[in-house]
Amino acid sequence: MSAATQATALSLREASARLAAGQVSSRDLVGAALARIEATDGRVGAFLAVVPERARARAAESDARAARGERRSPVDGVPVAVKDLFLTRGIPTTAGSRILEGFLPPYDATAVERLERAGAVIVGKLNMDEFAMGSSNEHSAYKPCHNPWDLSRTPGGSSGGSAAALAARQVHGTLGTDTGGSIRLPASFCGVVGLKPTYGRVSRHGVIAFASSLDQVGTLGREVWDAAALLGVIAGHDPQDMTSSRRPVGDYLGGLEGGAAGLRVGVPREWLEGEGLDPGVAKAVRAALETYRKLGATLVDVTLPHSRYGIAAYYLVATAEASSNLARYDGVRYGLRAREARGLREMYGESRDRGFGPEPKRRIMLGTYALSAGYYEAYYARAQKVRTLIRRDFDAAFQRCDLVAGPVAPSVAFRLGEKVEDPLQMYLADVYTITCNLAALPGLSVPCGLHGGLPVGLQLLGRPFDEATLLRAARALERETGPLPSPPLPE
Amino acid sequence: MALSVEEVRRIAQLARLKLSADEEQRFAEQLSAILGYVEQLEALDVSGVEPMTHALAAGEAAPLREDAVLPCLSPEEALANAPAREATWFKVPRIIE
Repeated sequence: MSAATQATALSLREASARLAAGQVSSRDLVGAALARIEATDGRVGAFLAVVPERARARAAESDARAARGERRSPVDGVPVAVKDLFLTRGIPTTAGSRILEGFLPPYDATAVERLERAGAVIVGKLNMDEFAMGSSNEHSAYKPCHNPWDLSRTPGGSSGGSAAALAARQVHGTLGTDTGGSIRLPASFCGVVGLKPTYGRVSRHGVIAFASSLDQVGTLGREVWDAAALLGVIAGHDPQDMTSSRRPVGDYLGGLEGGAAGLRVGVPREWLEGEGLDPGVAKAVRAALETYRKLGATLVDVTLPHSRYGIAAYYLVATAEASSNLARYDGVRYGLRAREARGLREMYGESRDRGFGPEPKRRIMLGTYALSAGYYEAYYARAQKVRTLIRRDFDAAFQRCDLVAGPVAPSVAFRLGEKVEDPLQMYLADVYTITCNLAALPGLSVPCGLHGGLPVGLQLLGRPFDEATLLRAARALERETGPLPSPPLPE
Repeated sequence: MALSVEEVRRIAQLARLKLSADEEQRFAEQLSAILGYVEQLEALDVSGVEPMTHALAAGEAAPLREDAVLPCLSPEEALANAPAREATWFKVPRIIE
């Protein structure tokens, strides 16, 4: 194994410790990451843009700080990457869509700014479903992303590149976004840790909007520590985002080793006994629950009777909001314009037809319909009431437990092409993740085993702003089972 | 709930999407299937239930910020991605036809 391969195999925690001890330089880590991307990304497809020059310059700055004895944060000097939904000043940002091809943002997203201020080195932008709409990354307008565990399978979506880049050992940490499961599903499929914080915990300023009452920025890593460290860097109030919370940011690393003893883990009976759950996934999830019991946690039977309506409510709320958010792509201020169109109206229609792929179009259509005269009450308003019912289910459950545990997805990673022609089947991959967004809760996926050689994730959901308990519980499981080994990605 | 091709055309018009005949046909089928699925919400009794109109936790309501002038993009930065521009304006095709 070459020194470069060894460097890329480090988790963010390990890389951070070696940087702090002066055993490795940021230059070496960044060089190894860029070489690994070069060697593997032709097969994985995790990146939409790589910025070697910029990354090497930032690494040199980090090394210069280290030489002065200055270390800004646990991520200082560590190579990372962000989903292509985050605006990055001077780096093309596409949201996975042709309509933003060549777009150069004039400013950084707050999460990106905080990451870079903490010293992390962004090496590139990650592949995703167009406008974060999808569960397989197949709706990327640029290229498919492949699961490093089995290149014929999807990495999950929409933050597919964010999870695949970690599984392929290309970078040590990533940012994603999660509107209905878009961090947790790919984390589960790729065998990494993915955290969707509470709505309001991380600023969304500079993150291209999909469904504004659901979207949240989150972190992914190969270990729980990695996702926790990244959250500590990006979380907190931002005057530029009116929905960002003023609550103080927790100490996510400090309590990580607190164990699971005394925790009350709620197990929703609807989730493990429902139809459509792969028995291999159910088995891995049950084994994880048994581990919690052995570690001194109590398993509590809870019920979420309205969670079965989650997908239906979600696809009305999310599409209605998307139809409004995506109205800004009109060929006037940025993005693709049909130049030959005659008149403004034709220019709008032609630009949007050419720029949007099938999934954004489908969702714009559905959302426009749900909001249109005569249908608003029956669809959007009713879905918002169902959201209240789903939230009440969780409020009741959290009277009896500290967190809720269950599967992330009904199956392990499915094959590329398997669901892409059947939108409804694709939507159903989000059946367990979607209620978390509707109820505005924090949620996390942590690896809990393999089924048929493919990773299975355990989902943990917590009380609003209680990310610390989720991370501690996830770490307790990880300490027992260990992070998954490297996937057998062909060299 | 089945959507006809005519209704698809009307929605596309509202959404400023110019669809091909093929797309109109496909969306009529796919959107009908999705609307059929969401119909299950009708089975729920939601009378007296408050709609969740925002996702902020209790006590998280965003206070109004001060009405102060803050730094913003320069005209050059704001126009840098414009498909067509003239001086400090975005240029659009003829509006009155």
